[in-house]
Amino acid sequence: MNLLPLAVLMTSFTAAMVIFLLPEARHRLRSLINIAAACLKLVLVIFLIQAVLQQDYPEFSWEILPGLSLVLRADALAMLFAGLSSLLWLFTTLYAIGYLENAPNRSRFFGFFSLCVASTMGIALAGNLLTFLIFYELLTLSTYPLVVHRGTPESLRAGRTYLIYTLAGGVLLLLGVALLYAEVGELNFGDTAALAEAFHAHPGRMSGIFFLLLVGLGVKAAIFPLHAWLPTAMVAPAPVSALLHAVAVVKAGAFGIIRLVYDVYGIELSAQQGLLLPLTLIAAFTILYGSWRALQQIDIKKRLAFSTVSQVSYILLGISLFGPLGTLGGLVHLLHQGLMKVTLFFCAGNYAETLGIHKIHELNGVGQRMPLTSAAFTLGALGMIGLPPIAGFISKWYLGLGALQAGMPWVLGVLIASSLLNAAYFLPVLKRIWFSDPPAAWPQQASESKRLWRDSSPWLLLPTLVTATLSLAAGLFAAASWSPLSWAELIVIREYLP
Amino acid sequence: MSSLALLPWLLILPLAAACLTGLLPLRATQISSLLVILSQALASLLLLLWMPSDEPLFYSLGSWGAPLGIVLRLDGLAAAFLMMTSLIASLCGLYALSYLRPSQQPGFWPLFWFLWAALNGIWLAGDLFNLYVGLELLSLAAVGLVALGGEASRVKAALRYLFAALLGSLGYLLGVSLLYGAHGTLDLELLAEVFHWGPLSALALALILAGLALKTAFFPLHTWLPPAHAGALTPVSALLSALVIKASFYIALRLWVELEMPERSLEVAQLLGLLGAGALFWGGWMALQQVKLKQVVAYSTVAQLGYLLLIFPLLSSSSSEASHLASQGGWLMLLSHALAKAGMFLAAGNLILCAGRSELSALAGLSRYRPMNIFAFGLAAVSLMGLPPSGGFSAKWLMLQSALISGQWWWILVILLGSLLSAAYLFRVFSHTYLETQDSVQFGQPSLMLELCALTLAALSILLGFFAPWPLAWFALPGPFTEALG
Amino acid sequence: MNTYLIFALGGAGLCGIGLFGFILHDDLLRRLIAFNLLGSGTFLILVGLAQSGRGGVDAVPQALVLTGIVVAVAATALTLMLIRRWTQLSQQSHLTEEDE
Repeated sequence: MNLLPLAVLMTSFTAAMVIFLLPEARHRLRSLINIAAACLKLVLVIFLIQAVLQQDYPEFSWEILPGLSLVLRADALAMLFAGLSSLLWLFTTLYAIGYLENAPNRSRFFGFFSLCVASTMGIALAGNLLTFLIFYELLTLSTYPLVVHRGTPESLRAGRTYLIYTLAGGVLLLLGVALLYAEVGELNFGDTAALAEAFHAHPGRMSGIFFLLLVGLGVKAAIFPLHAWLPTAMVAPAPVSALLHAVAVVKAGAFGIIRLVYDVYGIELSAQQGLLLPLTLIAAFTILYGSWRALQQIDIKKRLAFSTVSQVSYILLGISLFGPLGTLGGLVHLLHQGLMKVTLFFCAGNYAETLGIHKIHELNGVGQRMPLTSAAFTLGALGMIGLPPIAGFISKWYLGLGALQAGMPWVLGVLIASSLLNAAYFLPVLKRIWFSDPPAAWPQQASESKRLWRDSSPWLLLPTLVTATLSLAAGLFAAASWSPLSWAELIVIREYLP
Repeated sequence: MSSLALLPWLLILPLAAACLTGLLPLRATQISSLLVILSQALASLLLLLWMPSDEPLFYSLGSWGAPLGIVLRLDGLAAAFLMMTSLIASLCGLYALSYLRPSQQPGFWPLFWFLWAALNGIWLAGDLFNLYVGLELLSLAAVGLVALGGEASRVKAALRYLFAALLGSLGYLLGVSLLYGAHGTLDLELLAEVFHWGPLSALALALILAGLALKTAFFPLHTWLPPAHAGALTPVSALLSALVIKASFYIALRLWVELEMPERSLEVAQLLGLLGAGALFWGGWMALQQVKLKQVVAYSTVAQLGYLLLIFPLLSSSSSEASHLASQGGWLMLLSHALAKAGMFLAAGNLILCAGRSELSALAGLSRYRPMNIFAFGLAAVSLMGLPPSGGFSAKWLMLQSALISGQWWWILVILLGSLLSAAYLFRVFSHTYLETQDSVQFGQPSLMLELCALTLAALSILLGFFAPWPLAWFALPGPFTEALG
Repeated sequence: MNTYLIFALGGAGLCGIGLFGFILHDDLLRRLIAFNLLGSGTFLILVGLAQSGRGGVDAVPQALVLTGIVVAVAATALTLMLIRRWTQLSQQSHLTEEDE
């Protein structure tokens, strides 16, 4: 029994409880608690990563039902997601503090924000499907108040859509997990032997359970046709969008599917039994569909939302390709997409806060007015397209290699088509930003005093710049031993190719 | 001191308190009530800790044995429910201390103590007739509590409740008379030994079950419940929904299992399950239509009782593992619903105090002001929806496993759809609290005590999800119920 | 057929009448009387059935019936009090239809 995984969870959970109890007016103290908790969590996660590097897997378990435990276990894959979330949580918190300056209801907002990250940590560290399910549902509950935060009828409608999708998905997941437990008798990640036995006894039933779980997880991963909640949820404040798209919700779905394929059913069994092909097909379709829909959006955040629909399916595509290179591409994209997408949403938030820009046609010439934000946006957008040496290129490169290795050259066609579509919906935006003439007046101006380098408020600008730099660095230094790519390689080597 | 010596005090003290509080002045009433609350909580905690792990305890009041004397029996189930009662009734009592106006308190305390005595009597009763006395005392005290305050709407709800309860009691008593005529004993242990199946026994059990169903407000006999539970004063609503209806259910399930009905009447069990499905859907649907907060919570009780009805078909399984899981899940469901519903009613009462009106629309903007009550309401809601981590989820998980093992997949669908429906009507409440209004409304301020009582109960229903093995171990202690289950 | 069975059958008949009245009547006082009939019928059955087929006098049902009568009296008193309160408040002798 090791309390370190629990401590990682409890830092944000305790922060949430303290923040709930703080009076609304204690803004400084609240910000301090937020930042301190985020930093503390990052340090604890680094400890955990150290442990995992030394082949030690700290585990915490607590029996919650006869024979079933809440298990928090740090393995390499868990740390991939936990590392991403805790890093991005820090930046998103800093950003949110700036973004919500002078806004009402901050106590409630930051409380649920921390709770949301606590659930994400739970999802990352879950050592069995039951634990995963618990935190998966907790994530739904803690994000709902964030989605409806503005309290307008429109955001309440979005909240309702969000709930209908995620709760229905949660019920399917619960059903799947209960069926699996009844068939196999255990739910631990990594013990695929018992499941393989059950699979050979009842192949039809076990395949059915696989797809039930896939659909339950696919709702949060926004696979077509379960994606409709994601663009609707764009009414939420920008930090929440970042949370939904890059740090927590969508990633939780994708991460769940990774666990399902690799640690519950096992990649070899899934590949042999043909469970992966439907996933490959649906992921490929979602990639193209998301990009196509993104092309039609005129709202910046909506375009980014559909881009997420498409980009998250890259992860699924990678893990559905049988072979180490495809896996590598999928896993590393989990990180890269998070870094790039969080940058893009921060930029969208900066534009909206500083100049009141929400639509793409309003971006004309904004590069001259807000050069740093625009540079960050450009980096993120080019990365999404897959331009070397930005992070997105690395992902696409390994995905392509993985497709060839798995003997599915048509996937390469999908990747190329999607990159062209990405270019088609990002390049015109970049052209507007840098090469069009600025309008006589911006939709709405923030006060001049608080801005850093004539751009945005420092709370908004600095996190944006840092994440943009990180997404560049993840590509430039991909060969370094601390890069996301190396960590993904470690996972692939250690867990899937024994 | 052995735990046996504690048993009679669980009945004597509340009864004495009931008589005393009727006579003493208000201040003395409050102080003595607090003292007795403390002693009850302590006694039930000690009983639970000292519970022998090998056999149930029997105690003859005044050393008079059966058949004329009163025999108390204490097994794991009874101990667990004594504890539950102490916990919930204590918190509701504390809540009532600061919630009720001084003019309402002299009426409240004697009835409160009669209610508590009746509940303890029912958990501990070892024969059918003591159960009858307990049930009657419980109903009369509960009806009195509903009428407290004396407004026309409350008196009307109380009258409705009273007639339903009286009819239920008579049905039960008639059944008991028939059983006695057929078997010549009222002692549950003896009855289980000599019980033989026949038309008379069948009629008797049908009458008993129908009477208990009326008192528990099982669908479609639920119509008296929403006005009574929603209309009563808040601490009373919590007591009624959390504890009172559970007592008659407890008797029904005990009799059902100890007389080995699961093997005997598969069709009736399926019918009861069907009624449970009806309760879940009808109660949920009606909760979705309500415009007043406490009505939503009351209809949610009607719906949640459906889960308890589902235990009957799940118990009738050929696999003993499935029926074991069903009983475990069922008792856990009862426990978590009791905690969550008490917490939810108290939180709802606080929200109404804040808003000043009982309509859902009055809640607009409340979540920014005094989020603690919304938080308590939310915790209780999580448990009621059966979302993890909560007692409700653990109970539902056990019931799902039981349904899977016994191959009754149709109840799985019912359970899952029921949770979605409960999510729908509970999130409807939340969306009202999030609505931001332009006009600044003045909100009231409930005292900290009121908020803490609600929050404690709601938090306990969540914590139950993490500590479920404890109550499950108590439920599994040897006793007539566990033995009959096999 | 012995005396006791006649008691029991008479009790069953009373129960029937009581139940009939309970369901049929709206008037609160009539319902209360019907309830009391139902109760008396039940006690008769209890005494009658319990004694039939057994020699001698069984003390248990007598004790039970005594307790039952006490309970019934208490319930009747409470009902009367509530009915009185209701008629004072609403000027009506029956429960009005649901208006909420």
